[in-house]
Amino acid sequence: MNIHTIADHLNSLADNSDTGMSFDCQPISGEVDVLQISILGREELPVFVSVTEDQILCISYLWGSEEVKPECVNAMHESMLEMNIPMPLSSFSKIGDKYVVFGALSISSSFDDVEHELAVLSNNAVEVIDDMSEYLL
Amino acid sequence: MSIFKKIMTAIRGGASEAGEAIIDANATRIFEQEIRDAENHLTKAKRDLTGVMAEQMSAKREVDRLSREVSEHEGYAMQALNKGDETLAVAVAEKIANLESSLADQQQAHDSFSGSADRLKELVKKSERQVAEHKRQLSMVKTTESVQKATSAITDNFSSSNSKLLSAKDSLERIKAKQQKFDDKMKAAELLESEDSDTSLQAQLKAAGIGSPDSSATSVLERLKAKQK
Repeated sequence: MNIHTIADHLNSLADNSDTGMSFDCQPISGEVDVLQISILGREELPVFVSVTEDQILCISYLWGSEEVKPECVNAMHESMLEMNIPMPLSSFSKIGDKYVVFGALSISSSFDDVEHELAVLSNNAVEVIDDMSEYLL
Repeated sequence: MSIFKKIMTAIRGGASEAGEAIIDANATRIFEQEIRDAENHLTKAKRDLTGVMAEQMSAKREVDRLSREVSEHEGYAMQALNKGDETLAVAVAEKIANLESSLADQQQAHDSFSGSADRLKELVKKSERQVAEHKRQLSMVKTTESVQKATSAITDNFSSSNSKLLSAKDSLERIKAKQQKFDDKMKAAELLESEDSDTSLQAQLKAAGIGSPDSSATSVLERLKAKQK
């Protein structure tokens, strides 16, 4: 399992995904290979996938610290912590000054698992931004 | 300091800058080597354990065999005594004494092998837990580094592709607008389809001669003829 086999699989799905989503994959080269996955109709919120020795990490960027209303930071953090368990498959995190949702899969997951993870992550990201927009500028 | 703390400190301390490693690569390599060494020791310990357990089983078999022989000879001695053959009974008793001494030796060997096996099993379990723990810690370090490198690749890609990063709210607005457009299209398509099916139903009714008939030249003529009368 690496980003190229994942890309091949997602591209081969075309309109036949089980999740009703169409994925467009674009590898980003760098010190660590990253796959940028755009979902049809949600190009603004891509999911980034990287594969390490033991896990597959899927990350979607939500918003930057500067987008949070200064007086709402604590309330937002609290809401995120409270939502962390109910939110299916994904968790919140922060990379640098960006808030993210992410899901980690075992390296031995099937392609179906990866596809399911991406669909759920994307749904979570859209819903989280909608629900948390009261905290955002 | 635990790996967890180290990673937290490093991230807080701004090691999240691209290129700056959480724990220097050399330390990671040493850690990896330590894990490999521990795994080698574990393999050796498991091999030793198999050997000791084999010895333990053979000692157990020997103990069983000697016990059986002792009770067998005890039977013989009783039979000799019953027949009043004291000399034979003494000879058998001597044999029993020998057997019992061997039995005691074997029992001792067996106990010592059991003890070693138990100790080795404990050791193997402990080492396995330790290796798993080290692997988990290494995975944390490596994942942190990988995420940092991935992040810098993503950031570089964004800045090079010149695409302006939208705010979360703007992104959501756009996605919702697209979704709305899609929904509207679907609705329009549904509406069109239902209208189509309406007209086709009318056509079918007409073909069957049901419903209001068309005004045609014949029907007009008929009506005029009727007026003439």
